[in-house]
Amino acid sequence: MITAHVLVGLVRLLVGAHARWIGCEPSPAQRIYFANHASHLDTLALWSALPPRLRARTRPVAARDYWGHGGIRGFIADHGFRAVYIERDRSRCEGDPLQPLRDALDAGESLIIFPEGTRSQQPLPQPFKAGLFHLARDYPQAELVPVYLDSLHRSMPKGSMLPVPLTCVVRFGQAMRLQANEDKDEFLKRAHAAVVALA
Amino acid sequence: MTAQQKFWWVMGGVLALLLLASTIGWWLGRRAAPDRREVIDNLNARIRAWWWMTALLCACFVLGRVATLVFFALASFFALREFATLTPTRRGDHLPLVLCFYLAIPLQYWLIGIDWYGLFAICIPVYGFLLLPAITALGGDTENFLERTTKIQWGLMLTVYCVSYAPAVLLLHIPGYQGQSLLLMLYLLLVVQISDVLQYVFGKLFGQHKLAPQVSPSKTVEGLLGGGLSAIAIGACLWWITPFTFWGSAGMSLVIVLAGFLGGLALSAVKRSIGAKDWGSMIEGHGGILDRLDSVTFAAPIFFHIVHYAFM
Repeated sequence: MITAHVLVGLVRLLVGAHARWIGCEPSPAQRIYFANHASHLDTLALWSALPPRLRARTRPVAARDYWGHGGIRGFIADHGFRAVYIERDRSRCEGDPLQPLRDALDAGESLIIFPEGTRSQQPLPQPFKAGLFHLARDYPQAELVPVYLDSLHRSMPKGSMLPVPLTCVVRFGQAMRLQANEDKDEFLKRAHAAVVALA
Repeated sequence: MTAQQKFWWVMGGVLALLLLASTIGWWLGRRAAPDRREVIDNLNARIRAWWWMTALLCACFVLGRVATLVFFALASFFALREFATLTPTRRGDHLPLVLCFYLAIPLQYWLIGIDWYGLFAICIPVYGFLLLPAITALGGDTENFLERTTKIQWGLMLTVYCVSYAPAVLLLHIPGYQGQSLLLMLYLLLVVQISDVLQYVFGKLFGQHKLAPQVSPSKTVEGLLGGGLSAIAIGACLWWITPFTFWGSAGMSLVIVLAGFLGGLALSAVKRSIGAKDWGSMIEGHGGILDRLDSVTFAAPIFFHIVHYAFM
């Protein structure tokens, strides 16, 4: 608990992480927040922008190769924001790589995911990977909330160690769901456009 | 009277003013027509923010010089954060910006803390000025190089170097005024901010002729004259907390008011050129922290150096 408070304080000091609820209101309903990914701060910024009560029920999905090796990062991920680890390297994982995400959703928790799969150096996101579609199909009750994080690609670009403090605004868009007979590509394009629309 | 007693007398006056302002704001809020709602709500938000800022200033005085330096270092930090957020930067500006935040700010305030006037005064304008562009050049990105380095220089000079001159009055060891330099800081901040507030009030009540409509539509001739002269009168009447005579204090207030006005004008022009209305949204009703400090950034260094020249 204390780790989480210190972490949120630090994130606010460095990058502000001010929430703007543009398309929806904060709600305890089960949600999957999906956002553009430009820096390692994204996970922390989005999670910190949530109201405390929702934050306690929301777990960011984090790459095991970056957050999962113990040390300070591991401590932050385990005790701070309670990461759900995902294996990005297919060869290292047995079975369904989305299984840890499914377990968390089955337990009734909300998730934060970055469907690009990797950080982009641009303000606008790259095309989304299929994971979001599979989750949307298997968990139709979960609301899918597009989120756009601005300025973090400048704050902590790829290859940098320290973040430049810049005020980041976290914009939450209108919740969406997978529509009947919408195929994978259509859905991923629509989800991508929903994030871009918030930029 | 001791410095303590003087401080609380002045604060009593500020408190009375705030109470009066809050009462007027509450009264206006009750009888405001719906179309004036927004102006009055903004006014009341501004007054609430003033209560907070006054409380912080009192905390500085009670806790002493280290707390004051930490407080202003944080103000510089947030002001530079606002400036950097609104200024487009490229990947190659990352390292210079990191140095501005994590090296320049602590160093500048630490130099005030250890009383090293010589280095405090030249650290950023000489070493920072020369080293930062060199570090940017080492990064290898020459696209818009001059514009990018200029923006970083401006940001660092304004938000760190100039703002640090407010607590730097602690460096002034004026004969016969020992141990009272925090009062001189209070004097500077009071005159700057009262001048801002009164220019706003006079402008709203009597403003007819816009001074610089392209740069800052809210600045009027009536506001500047009415607010400026009243602030000078108030500053002159505060001569007993300063090392100045009554007329000396009036002269110093004139300098503070003019410099503060020019600061607000120049920073408005910077804001317009990067397409922003406010610097941020940290202080409710006022905008960003730099919207509140813009006049201080110009008034503090000029005030400091005139006092330094006159007394040391």
